[in-house]
Parts: sequence; C-alpha cells; structure tokens
Amino acid sequence: MPIAKSEIRWVDEPPMRTWEAIYLPAILDGLRTTVRHMFAPKITLEFPEQKPQLPPHFKGVHRLNRDEQGRVRCVACYLCATACPAHCIDIVAAPSPWPDREKYPEVFVIDELRCIYCGMCEEACPVDAIELTTLYDLTGYSREEMLFDKEKLLAIYDYTVGKGTERVRTKRGSLGPASEIIAPDHTISGFSDDRL
Amino acid sequence: MNWTTVALIIFVLSFLQATCAYLIYLERKVAAWVQDRKGPNRVGPWGLLQPIADGLKFLFKEQVVPSHVNLVLYFVAPSIAVVTTSLAFAVVPFGPTDAPNQSGLRYVIAPNIDIGLLFVFAISSLNVYAIILGGWSSNNKYSLLGALRSSAQIISYEIPLALAALGIVCLAGSLNLEKILNMQAQTGLRGWFFWYQPLACLLFFVCALAESNRLPFDLPEAEQELVGGYHTEYSGLKFALFFLGEYTHVITVSFLLSILYFGGWHLPGIAEYGVHYPGAELVKLLVLWVKVAIFILLIMLVRWTLPRFRFDQLMHLAWLGLTPLALLNLLMVMVVQHFELDYWLLPVSTVGILVGGFTLLTSRELTKVPTTSEV
Repeated sequence: MPIAKSEIRWVDEPPMRTWEAIYLPAILDGLRTTVRHMFAPKITLEFPEQKPQLPPHFKGVHRLNRDEQGRVRCVACYLCATACPAHCIDIVAAPSPWPDREKYPEVFVIDELRCIYCGMCEEACPVDAIELTTLYDLTGYSREEMLFDKEKLLAIYDYTVGKGTERVRTKRGSLGPASEIIAPDHTISGFSDDRL
Repeated sequence: MNWTTVALIIFVLSFLQATCAYLIYLERKVAAWVQDRKGPNRVGPWGLLQPIADGLKFLFKEQVVPSHVNLVLYFVAPSIAVVTTSLAFAVVPFGPTDAPNQSGLRYVIAPNIDIGLLFVFAISSLNVYAIILGGWSSNNKYSLLGALRSSAQIISYEIPLALAALGIVCLAGSLNLEKILNMQAQTGLRGWFFWYQPLACLLFFVCALAESNRLPFDLPEAEQELVGGYHTEYSGLKFALFFLGEYTHVITVSFLLSILYFGGWHLPGIAEYGVHYPGAELVKLLVLWVKVAIFILLIMLVRWTLPRFRFDQLMHLAWLGLTPLALLNLLMVMVVQHFELDYWLLPVSTVGILVGGFTLLTSRELTKVPTTSEV
C-alpha cells in the first residue's frame, strides 16, 4: 500500500544563521573534542604482552571433554558432525570398550581451518562432550597441523580445564548413559550445577 | 658563493628531511591519540625509530615503473615536488634575525632578499607542476583527473593566500621576511601583525592548508575516495618524494605563519629585539621553533577535526568565500594606510567583515539549500 500524501511530513534543514555560517565556533568545538580525545585514556591492547579478557561464551578452539574417569565423553552419535554447517568434523565410531555406552569415537578430527566457530556442535551434543573454549590465537605452519585429532582435542581440555574461563553450555539433564554417569556431581566445569 | 652558504644549505636540507620523517611519525602518533589509540610503538622506544624503518622500506621497495608512462616527466614530477618546496625555504628565516648574532651564525640561507615573500609564493606555486606532470605523465585517466582537480584547487587557493599576505606587505611596506619580522619584534607584543590582521591570518591558515594538500582540503590525495589521485602510478621512493614535498610545505607554511603574523622569534620578556644576553640566540631560536611546532600540531589536529570538502564546496569556499574576504581585508588595510587612520580600526572592522561577509554569502541563492517543497 502506498503511503498517503497526508501522512508524509517534510522536515526542512534549519537555515544557517550567522553564528553557524562563520563556521569558526563549530570548528573550535570540533577541535575541543579532538584535543579531549588526545588526552583520553587509550583503549589499545598491546596484544602479545597484554591478553584480552574474553567472556566465557566466547567461541574459540574446540575441546573434547573427559568424564570423571578421564575417558572421552563422546558417544560417537554424529550429531555434531550432522549439525556442522561447515562439515569440518570427521568421526569414525567404534564399539565402546566400556560397558556403560555402545560406541566411542575411534577417530575424532576437527578441521580448525574449515570451522566457522558457530558453536552448533556444542549445542547439538547430547552429552556435553564437545565445547568451544576461549582460546583464540590459533596458529600453525601447515594445513595438516590444523586438523585437530582426538588426542589434541583432549589435550586442549586438559589445558583449559579449571582455568575459570569455561562453562558447560548445554545442560539438558539425563539424556543417555554417558551423561547419566557424570550428571550427579560433575566437576568438569569447575563448579557444580544445582539443576542437575 | 661562499662555503657558509653551502654548509647552511646542506644543513637546512638535511634538517628539513629529518624533520619531515619525524613529522610523519608525529602525524601517526597524533592520529592515534585522537582516535584513542597508542600509535606506532614497536620500532625503538615509543616507536621513535619508526621513520627510519619507513624510510628503509621506501628505499628498498621495488621501483615499479609502469610501461605506459612518459618516462622523463614521470621521474621529473616528484623531484619538482621536493625541489620547489625546499627552495621556498631559502628565504625563510629560521632563527633570530636581529643581527649581529653572538655566535656569528646566520639563520637564513639567502639573507635580505627584498622579494622574500614573493619568492616564496612564486616558487611554491611551481609545486602545481609536480602534480599536473605526475598526473599527465602517468598516462592514466584517474591520475589525470586527480591531477586536474588538484591543480584547480591549488591555483584557486593561491589567490586568497597571496591576497591575505598582501595585507601584511602593505602594513610593513616590505616583502622582505626579515624586515617584516624585525618590524614586529621592534614594536613588541603589540606589534604582532596578528592583532591587525586576524582575518588575514585565518585566511592565510586556511589557504595554506589547501596549498599543502592537508585535510580538509586533501582532495589530491583523498585516500578513501580516489584510486589515489595524481600519484596513483607512483610507488617506493618516488611516492615518498611527493610526501616529502607535502611535509616540507607544511613546515614552510608554519614558519610563514609564525613569522608573518605571530612575531617569529619574538616573545615579550625572554626574546626581545636587540637584547643580547648570554644564550638569547638559542632562546629566540627555540621560541620560533615552538611557535612553528604549535602550528604544525594545529594543522594535524585540524586534520582529525574536519571532514573533507566536496569539490564544489572547495571551489565555492575559495572563490566566493575566501577571495572576497581577502580583498575586503586588503581594501581595509589600504584605506587605513592611505588616510593614516588608527590601526585599531583594522581588527575591529575585521569582525564586521567576517560576520557581514559570511552572512551575505550564506543568504545568497547560490548557497541556499532548496527546501523540500521546492524540490
């Protein structure tokens, strides 16, 4: 529906008066702002020496969580690989050596260069096995180096656990055998959750 | 030719270039501070070695010469930019001028040139050749377009610049920069031409910004809008030469501003005319340089205060704003001089001209913004 003529209200620019027309007051005003900013505290973070304080919901490098027995929590359900829009998760499932679950991931590789760090994998995970950490300065010399396998992802867990920057994002209560085992008093995230 | 002059030329040239290098550093620092950043701080303490790193980078970069350029003019253009701006400095006194100096040093390359100011304007006007030749020899449409509008700008702003300075020439009765300076110094603080020519000082400052391609008049460069303007096809050291020219121009202009309007090395109390206490020479030198530094800093701050003009606004300001004001100012000086009126009439009438002139200008049809009903 077109806008009715009666609803249109034209607003004109106010005409310039002498004070504005001589420009100088406005320029002086601008200079004052410039000078004020010159002496204002600087917001630059000198990176290699100073590290940023990232919020816990920052989406950085992945990690694979361990349960309280130190085993990988993943049950190789492929939900993360399915949810991944970038198809960067590669899982090969195998029969679990432990009695409490059917499968475990024999191979679990994330291509960190393909990943878009959207966090869909951790949302999809029914057992809170995959999580994004606050590690952001991810570098490597080759593409192969950036394919993070299970051991590396578990190592990232070991490196980041208990550092206070982590949080289990998806807490859906008991979903399967793997999640039931850890549910009552899991301390992976460094604090207990009353809801569980 | 005597060897003092040669030594002085070498000293001044190297000093100018070192200063230019550090002006670029200062420019980046000021830009950073204004934007709440810290600026270059990685090379050396506080980033002080940054200009050296930049210079080395320019020096060792591959000298790209596009195959379609007019080779001779292509190489001549950046040299003109540097030569003209450096040459203009020859008559500018950069230290005390109330001879005899105790140290026997001379603070101007070519002393007592009676056409001083004219020489500065004549030589720095040649700078437009650097731009137009740079644009022309590149054989590139964008370079040429950039060069065209730059030369239009520079030529337009030369008129109010010269007219503004003519007021001083009328008052002082001389084009000799040292005489103009000494005249102010002899009268004391009251003698600074700024008090008699505030409008001209403002006009001079504005035109000087335009002449040296500084924001808000940096259409020749306009990094964000153009492909690059007249220096699109230039890289490495040749590109650096254009910038060297620009920064030398900024220095020269700041010197001229302090000398013409703010008494040069004169400061009541510590740097008076004909007062020769031990170290007076150094104090006078420092006073002048501090004044120059203040103007350079102001020019840099203006860069981060004002947005760039549109081209029509630029021309409008020069021809309908600054030129009539400069002419009125000159007329005022002439009237006061001819009828031997009191000098205090000058600043008073300046305010009248400024307010009246701009009101008149903005009420014109030309500048009127059409209202929406008219559209």
